[in-house]
Amino acid sequence: MAFFGPFAVLFAAMYIAPIIYAACSSMFRVHRSGLGLSAPTKIFDPLDNYQQAFGDADFLASLRRVATFGIVQVPVMLGLALVLALLIDSRSARGKGFFRLASFVPYAVPGVSAALIWSFMYSTQSSPINNLISPAGLHIPFFGGHVVLWSVANIVTWSWTGYNMIIIYAALQSIPAEVLEACRMDGASAFRTAWSIKVPMVRSAIILTAVFSIIGSAQLFNEPAVLQPVSSGSISSTFTPIMSAQGAVNAGNYNYAAAQSVILAVLVGAISLVFFKLTGRSENT
Amino acid sequence: MSAHAQRKPHRDTALTSRAVVTALLAVSTFYFLFPLWWLLVSATKPFGSQFSGNGLWFSDFSLLDNLRRLTAQEDGIFWRWMLNSIMYCGAGALIGTVLSALAGYALAKYEFRGRGVLFGMVLAAVLVPKILFTLPLYLMFSGIHLVNNPLAILLPSVVSPFGVYMCRIFAAATVPEEVLEAARLDGAGELRIFRTLATPMMLPALVTIFLFQFVDIWNNYLLPAMVLSDDHLQPVTVGLVGWNARHVAVPPGLVVIGSLVSVVPLLIAFLALQRFWRAGMTAGAVK
Repeated sequence: MAFFGPFAVLFAAMYIAPIIYAACSSMFRVHRSGLGLSAPTKIFDPLDNYQQAFGDADFLASLRRVATFGIVQVPVMLGLALVLALLIDSRSARGKGFFRLASFVPYAVPGVSAALIWSFMYSTQSSPINNLISPAGLHIPFFGGHVVLWSVANIVTWSWTGYNMIIIYAALQSIPAEVLEACRMDGASAFRTAWSIKVPMVRSAIILTAVFSIIGSAQLFNEPAVLQPVSSGSISSTFTPIMSAQGAVNAGNYNYAAAQSVILAVLVGAISLVFFKLTGRSENT
Repeated sequence: MSAHAQRKPHRDTALTSRAVVTALLAVSTFYFLFPLWWLLVSATKPFGSQFSGNGLWFSDFSLLDNLRRLTAQEDGIFWRWMLNSIMYCGAGALIGTVLSALAGYALAKYEFRGRGVLFGMVLAAVLVPKILFTLPLYLMFSGIHLVNNPLAILLPSVVSPFGVYMCRIFAAATVPEEVLEAARLDGAGELRIFRTLATPMMLPALVTIFLFQFVDIWNNYLLPAMVLSDDHLQPVTVGLVGWNARHVAVPPGLVVIGSLVSVVPLLIAFLALQRFWRAGMTAGAVK
């Protein structure tokens, strides 16, 4: 038990206490008297901040934006990771080590640096990507109103595909050789084997990466926050729920920020739970 | 002869499929490496021409001059930021790994009341969005006047529920019960057993946890951006983003060079420790 002690103390202080603190402070509101002469007082009003949040068009829009993001980005990224893992795992692949490492390298680039690097890629005046494709008459308005969310999604996909690929690849490696041998004896094509045997067998790895990706999407912050100053206004200060909550902190409204954080956490928890139930596995990890 | 005739079409399809697979992998590699290649090339171009000309090939190698300019900006504050990052991440990851190892080992090898509940809480903490801790932590730290203090970064960084989870799995898988029993019969104390027997067995996992936690702390932007307003205390990520946002006062070329310098240590660490993180991730993923 002494082994567990140091971690337990810090865990309680840095994880449990803040959650309780957030939950409690979300139920208070600051009351300032009409003339602002007396000090503001805290009033227990458990629903006020929540009512405010659910009536806050910007906050609701940020939730919808992140939901759209997750619904598109997570399947695209995991699909890409799965295809890459299957390609590298396939018998036709050469240079497996190189390709595996190449797709993983972006993960070693910290998220904030990745966002900075891509902000150069997206630069309105001098995007290297647009320079590359302009001879073909193409031009991508990376900070355009409808494009910007997908420009952000691209950075997340770039950073995390390789990480997810390695997890799925590791699961592929653990498929017994006899199973694959049997497929070959039965004359199954590589594609058929991949689809009917390999994919079902790495299901739990895919579910694991999906849950982590969903949680990651909900916390979307670094990439849009880094792009915001150079986005010429298409990334608002309430682009994602966390940006919105941080804005409330900066404005001094801690109680409202706490309520927004709690709403986000509850939504993420509920979605992860539903996802686990839908995928029909009682993961006992 | 007939056997040869039968094999031939098979070999053709094998060649086609090899070509298709290689082509697809090459395209994906281009996607993953293009931005980094551009960064490397641009950081070596003459200062001020980072965004002009061919972004894909070197011209007039001036990396050293660029580094000199990076150093000259605001009295070399960039290197201060790098040092801050390395210290926050190094200390946070080191202490965090030790705490995770102790806690994970205890969860795997000792029976005690509430073990299941504790492990459940640790797992739940992996799944809860960080924002739920970050904002209240900021408020709590300002309550006890710990804002603008390196401890405000270090204390939360050393708690890694994911590390505990990985250590538990690893300790259960790699440290045999019989070895512990034998050591106990020989009269070794629990701490000594942990130090001399369990730790070496768990080493690959510990290196992985250290590496991932190092990256995690390096990546955490929200917390330092909130709790550290003194720019001499900031990590390199917060500093660079600040520069990027002030692109009138700070030439954008400096941000390009700074970005390159800031990713180099992590890339080297990952390349050097490949063997370990691959083993560690595999263990964490498969079960």
